[in-house]
Formats: sequence, structure tokens, C-alpha cells
Amino acid sequence: MELVVSLEFSGGAELLFDKVKNHEVSLPARANGPWTIKHLLVWIKDNLLKERPELFVQGDTVRPGILVLINDADWELMGELNYELKSKDRIVFISTLHGG
Amino acid sequence: MFRKNDLKGDALCKDCFFWAFEEEVHKTIIDANLFSPGEVVAIGASGGKDSTVLAYTLKTLNERYDYKLDLILLSVDEGITGYRDDSLETVKRNQQQYELPLKIISYKELYGWTMDDIVKQVGLKNNCTFCGVFRRQALDRGAMLLKVDKIVTGHNADDIAETVIMNILRGDIARLKRCTAITTGADGALPRCKPFKYTYEKEIVMYAYFKKLDYFSTECIYSPNAYRGHARTYIKDLEAIRPSSIIDIIHSGECMAVKKEVKLPVQGTCSRCGYISSQEVCKACVLLEGLNKGLPKLGIGKPHKVKKLEAQGKIFTDTKNPKFVENRDADKGSMANNAAALDF
Repeated sequence: MELVVSLEFSGGAELLFDKVKNHEVSLPARANGPWTIKHLLVWIKDNLLKERPELFVQGDTVRPGILVLINDADWELMGELNYELKSKDRIVFISTLHGG
Repeated sequence: MFRKNDLKGDALCKDCFFWAFEEEVHKTIIDANLFSPGEVVAIGASGGKDSTVLAYTLKTLNERYDYKLDLILLSVDEGITGYRDDSLETVKRNQQQYELPLKIISYKELYGWTMDDIVKQVGLKNNCTFCGVFRRQALDRGAMLLKVDKIVTGHNADDIAETVIMNILRGDIARLKRCTAITTGADGALPRCKPFKYTYEKEIVMYAYFKKLDYFSTECIYSPNAYRGHARTYIKDLEAIRPSSIIDIIHSGECMAVKKEVKLPVQGTCSRCGYISSQEVCKACVLLEGLNKGLPKLGIGKPHKVKKLEAQGKIFTDTKNPKFVENRDADKGSMANNAAALDF
């Protein structure tokens, strides 16, 4: 069973994704366990990121300064990397790393 | 459940988050006595997240709590193609959206140089020094033209924490003492204050996102080489481990005391343009002289080198800086009187 989620990149993060802010993605079924944000980040890096991965990911998490929202809630309230994705979830990545 | 308030550890729903954000800024304003009724206040507006949210929040609080302020948007055009021209479009939209008057002042009209011109002369390493110095003066000069009582800027807690770290790394005690002050230049004609001093950048971004506020979000094309970047990376890493680090660093900066015997620079006025300066000639004049005489490193090195070249008759040979003549003659009276009062 594929997992369909929508991703949004903003605050400048979209520049790393060909300037496309919104992406509907179909994640292939996983053999060993459910999809988590941690797996999603690896998938994004391998399949969506067009350039400069170090500006988006750092180690196995997002680069500090990038906010993550899961269905409009701060990911810190949802378990961060360990949150298990459900069908039709909306994940937003907002970069704060620019002048104000 | 929507948003975790890092400092208090509560989770807030969207409306409570908006309310908490606005009320915390209101509290900061009241506790620090930032404004008086009837004041004309210029909001330093770049079109970026901090200044857009600042304009929106101040307008909201001005109405909700009847501060009786006259708010104006003041923008500086440094002349950076592909960055500033786009962000100025955002400010113009903000002007419409928030129904506030707007004044744009440019480096070209003030100094005769755009940042693009400067980078061509200076290269990519020290150009942020030029921009920071010029912009600071540009905001003050723009504000004087508008006859405002006060300037507000959108500097947030993260910015101030970065500045504290930068000043420690550079051993700049004089700046360290001043940089955590919420209002600077209060003893003079044109104070400037930072209502977002205790507001985290993360909160500002969340607020803007959920209120769907229009802001411009690209890095300045020249910034990757800026020294501040190192401090910023460090602060971001600290925040990820312990979010209160940012406020803690600001608090530490506020608490630092300097021994009485330590000699600090005394603030006087620039002999060429009248702006406040701790040296005989202010930094902007030195930088500008360097640009005009083909000595781009002039303002970057130590002050004694400037004095040496001056003694040799190689610089400052004209009695008036041509670009400042109009401004200086026009507001000679006010500039000279107020210069001592402008905080550097």
C-alpha cells in the first residue's frame, strides 16, 4: 500500500526543490515497519532534493533553523523524527535562515 | 494542540498562540516603556519576516491598546540586484496591506554607491561591513527627513544572541555593553528600540506562516561569507539542544560588567559629517573615502592606518565630502545639534 502525503517547502527552502513549494508524494510500502519522519527525510534527500543537501538535512534530522509542521502542529508536539506518517498527512518545512 | 511554547513548555492552539505572541510583545513594550502617546515611529522595513511581522504586530497593538502612535514604514535600498529590488516590492505590498505610509531611501542617493558597485570594488569578504555601517546611518538619515521621534527594528532574540556571541568572539567590549539594550540612543533625538528583543525567530516565522503574512524570504546574495553566519550556526545548534539558550545568552550579555580601569571609547561626533562617532572621522566617512579614492580596505583595517594616510595627505584632502554636502547643508543645524545624541 502506497502512502500519499503532501509536502510544502517555504521560507526559502523551496529553492532547494526547483522553487516548487508544494509536492504530492507517493511513498512506496516499506518492508520493515511504518514510515516515520526520519525515513521521509532520507527519501526527500534521495528523491526530491535538487542541490546542496547540507542546507536541508544535518545528520539524520533537518538542519537547525528549519521548522517542521505536521498537519499544522509543531513537530515537537508530535514526536519529531519518530512520528509515524499517515495517509494524507501534510508536512511543512519552513526555513528561517534568511534576513528579516 | 498546535504549538509548543519553548520557554514555558505549554502547548498552545493557534488562536492562543497568536494571542500569547502579541501579548508578550505588548508586555515587553510596556515594561520597557518603549513608547509615549503621540510619537511618530518609523518601522525599519525590509520586506523580510521580522519587519513584516513587526509592522503587523505594532499596528495591531497600537489599535488594541490605543498607544496613539503614528506608524510609518521606512525602507533602505542598498542596491543589491535580485535581492533588495524584490524585497522592496514586498514592502510596497505591506504598505497597501497594512495601510501605512512608506518612505524608501537609497544608498545611491545618500552615498553615491550601490552595494553592487561596492562589491565590485571591495570583493566578497568585507562587504557586509560597508552595508551594515551605511544602512545604520541611512535609517537615521531617512528618519530625520521624516521627522520621526523613534525608530523600531525587528531584531529578534536570536539576532541579539548572535550579536552577543560575535562581540565576545571579537573582544568588542564597548559593543557588548550596548548590544543587549532594548533602546539605544534614548538620551538623544533619535532613539531606536527592539520590541522583539525577547521574541524567538521561530515564533516570528510561525506567526507569519499561520497569519499568512506576506514576506520576502531569500538570503542576501552576499551573506554566505559574513562573520555572523558562524555565530548563527552555533546559536541554532544550541537552540536545538536547549531552547532557553538564546534567552540565557542575552541575559549573560546584559550581566557582563567591565572593570572601571578598562578604557572604553568615548563617543563624539564625526569631523566631516557630524554623525556620532568614537573616532575623529566616522566609519561611514572612512569607508566612503576608501571607495572614492580606490582604497577599498581603508575602513577595514585599524584606525591608526587611516590617521597615517591622512597625515601623509593621501586622503580627506577635500574639506567637504561631496556626497554629504546636500544632506549636511540641508540639516546642518539639526544634524550638528542631534549628532551627539545619536547612538552608534
